[in-house]
Amino acid sequence: MARIGVFICHCGENIARTVDCAAVAAAAAKMPGVVHSADYKYMCSDPGQQMIRQAIAEKKLTGAVVGACSPRMHEPTFRRAAAEAGLNPYLLEMANLREHCSWVHEDRAAATAKAIDLVRVMVEKVKRNRSLYPIRVPIEPTALVVGGGIAGIQAALDIAGGGKKVILVERGPSIGGHMARLSETFPTLDCSQCILTPRMVEAASHPNITLMTYSEVEAVEGFVGNFQVTIRRKAKYVDWSKCTGCGDCWAKCPARKIPSEFDARLGARTAIYRPFPQAVPNKPVIDREHCIMLTKGKCGACAKACQRGAVNFKDQDELVKVKVGAVVLATGFDLWDHSAYGEYGAGKFADVIDGFQFERLASASGPTGGEIRRPSDGQVPRTVVFIQCCGSRDEKVGKAYCSKICCMYTAKHGMLYKHKVHDGRAIVFYMDIRAAGKGYEEFIRRAVEADGVEYVRGRVSRIYRRTDGKLIVRGADTLAGRAVTVEADMVVLADAVVPRSGGEKLAQLFGVGYDTDGFYSEAHPKLRPVETAAAGVFLAGACQSPKDIPDSVAQASAAAAKVLGLFARPELEREPVVARVNENTCVHCRACIQACPYGAVEDHEIRDRKGHLVRTVARVNEGLCQGCGTCVAICRSGCIDLEGFTDEQVFSEIATLE
Amino acid sequence: MTPLGYYPGCSDHGSGRELGMSVHALARLAGVELKEIEDWNCCGATAAHNLSHDLAVALPYRVLALAEAQGLAEILTPCAACFSRLKGTVVRLARSADLAARMRQVTGLEYRGPLRIINVVEFVNRLLAGGLKDKLAAPLAGLKVATYYGCLLSRGENIIEGDDAENPASMTPAVKAAGAQVVPWNFATECCGGGFSMSFTDAVVDLSEQILADARAAGADCIVTGCPMCHSNLDMRQLTINSRGRGPYDVPVLYLTELVGLAAGLGPKELGLDCHFVDAMRLLSRAEPRPA
Repeated sequence: MARIGVFICHCGENIARTVDCAAVAAAAAKMPGVVHSADYKYMCSDPGQQMIRQAIAEKKLTGAVVGACSPRMHEPTFRRAAAEAGLNPYLLEMANLREHCSWVHEDRAAATAKAIDLVRVMVEKVKRNRSLYPIRVPIEPTALVVGGGIAGIQAALDIAGGGKKVILVERGPSIGGHMARLSETFPTLDCSQCILTPRMVEAASHPNITLMTYSEVEAVEGFVGNFQVTIRRKAKYVDWSKCTGCGDCWAKCPARKIPSEFDARLGARTAIYRPFPQAVPNKPVIDREHCIMLTKGKCGACAKACQRGAVNFKDQDELVKVKVGAVVLATGFDLWDHSAYGEYGAGKFADVIDGFQFERLASASGPTGGEIRRPSDGQVPRTVVFIQCCGSRDEKVGKAYCSKICCMYTAKHGMLYKHKVHDGRAIVFYMDIRAAGKGYEEFIRRAVEADGVEYVRGRVSRIYRRTDGKLIVRGADTLAGRAVTVEADMVVLADAVVPRSGGEKLAQLFGVGYDTDGFYSEAHPKLRPVETAAAGVFLAGACQSPKDIPDSVAQASAAAAKVLGLFARPELEREPVVARVNENTCVHCRACIQACPYGAVEDHEIRDRKGHLVRTVARVNEGLCQGCGTCVAICRSGCIDLEGFTDEQVFSEIATLE
Repeated sequence: MTPLGYYPGCSDHGSGRELGMSVHALARLAGVELKEIEDWNCCGATAAHNLSHDLAVALPYRVLALAEAQGLAEILTPCAACFSRLKGTVVRLARSADLAARMRQVTGLEYRGPLRIINVVEFVNRLLAGGLKDKLAAPLAGLKVATYYGCLLSRGENIIEGDDAENPASMTPAVKAAGAQVVPWNFATECCGGGFSMSFTDAVVDLSEQILADARAAGADCIVTGCPMCHSNLDMRQLTINSRGRGPYDVPVLYLTELVGLAAGLGPKELGLDCHFVDAMRLLSRAEPRPA
């Protein structure tokens, strides 16, 4: 005989505002099989959980229903409480009275009636629940880090430092990411390369880290603890085991005018190239789109120049399968394309540049050797205008969000310019200065007071190019209440930070959510900021939201800590929500085997004591099963059930609504 | 062929007479019948919405209701300000049933809508696509044109359709069809001073001079516009600018319809080319009939 307890939570006012919780509890008390019913302001709090534990013990409950928030929020909390009181946790169910009821309705009477229905449904279900036990699976203690920027490097180093193996996958030919392109970093103005390149070398030489550059994730199977990831090693056309990185090949390459991605299109590179002199690994790849040999079938200058015979034009992409237990996504960001701003010249003015281009102009290793020279004619600009919030905080044309890093790097740009061109003018147009960070506000003040960067609060409405080459910048000074016109020689736009291209596809491979802007979604914005909805997949850096270097590094270390925490256990407990085949009624039609997207259903031979084959049936490998229910739906003899969601349970839920 | 509704507006009878003349001349050439809305009234222009938002909608509402009752489905409004008021009213009425009900009550007239309101650029592009392009007999080869849109032919969400508000280009096909060349310049959407020609002449003089200066710096032989207000500010105020010792400017300012009319070989007087303050007749020498 079922003895069910019902516990209705007010969730402060979240539920109680629209649902009469006491009335729901009273109605539940009258439901068949219910022997205990109560309501409380915060059921998830310690006194609330104590109510559940006490009722289970005193009333000898065989099942419990908690009418509260979404099970995604607190099912683990309440099931743990049930287990502490000696009730199998899978005998406790939640009725979602918040997301499915109070938050979406206004009429109190109707919402209360619906809440009673939701509770009744779960009471009927829980009567048919049976005790389930977690599935234990071993963990593969190797981590995959996707993205070789500072976040990926940091996460890889921390995991490797904790004694676990790491595979670091990077799409480009070198690790280092955007940080390698920066000149100096705020708020200390230390040289970006000087602090980054030693870490790049450390990552490449660490015995626990396997570096896979010029590679991309192609396919993902499995689940937390046991992912099988297919990685595409793109053809490099250079045998790195023979290559010494001497540079004879790129010196001879005749395709010399390819815009350099690393130099933000301000410099040129060859078709066989390493992105920058400090690249790690410091060996070249051939860009197959621009290589004359690979596109037109004749050239081979690099192969002739190579004394080691390392160039191989017949190289092919290679698919490598690896087994990993956890994944850190650190795919980083790009800058938004400001050509959508017609009023700023729609991307057509050579001297209206973006932040990365300025970084390369200011960098000692950049195309101008660190001299600020404008792209159109190589002159040193005497007046430079910096425009913040270009595409950020502009829902109409760009993005609704604040890109967070631009206030700081624009102040840095203004400073660097003034340090290099003492008599020049640096004028910053801004909406607000957002300098929340250690030493950040002081840095802004330093730009204004010590370096004389001029700040004008207001938007720029138009940039046009006068026939003498001057860029006329017209804007508003909203503090002075007047229109401003500046005759500038160069304009730097602080373009919005957007996620790396192709990020959505990668997220789909790993089952990670992303927002409308393409940033990866964390599991909880406050309490689980580095985890994702996909167990075992963690986030680091700007792929989750715009971040500066300190924040990216902090999050990368946090993700590494999560990975090491996961790997600290020898095996993993998994929810026992898996499919089970009734072997007595299975006719072995194999429809489920073909339908299963995870390859979790296998043939199973039933033999008698003498080892003679009696018959073959389908059997679910519970280590692989994800509980999706596809096989349940496709089984023509109705002999597969999903634990915790059996046909009997689901039909009883529906039947009670009539 | 169903006639195209025609809303002349006040400028057709005053400072923008040559716009109306050239519109009618092109329509005749293309065989398009223009039917003037009977008993039309003022669109309200800038004055009405400074006084009352309802009045600014009620005036065009009456025009729309009359046009609909007279069996017209499309209305050509050559004046850019009239166009903006009429089309703005169509858009607002489609958006708000409350406003439509109030307007029914205020005017005592029924408008179901939506009527299609066409500006002068759309009109010219439509004629060109409808066969006028083949009738252009005297291409203005080598003529450099600065296409000037101002505010009313470049701005207004759902009012100007299919063009870029910051870098509009809807006049380009017509200029090219006329055999002329569009010069890249910076001030295509700058403010000419609009309705302040009388009340704040100084502001208009300053603003219009900037536009003229940039057109000249870009090497334009003339400015082409589609708005009677821009036209009078740029054309008439050149004399004022020059009299103040600036310039001197001598840039002919044409309506788009005049430019296309010239290319079609229409007579200058038929197009109203002799009504301008800055001599535009000299551009005639550019329009030479295509050798047969």
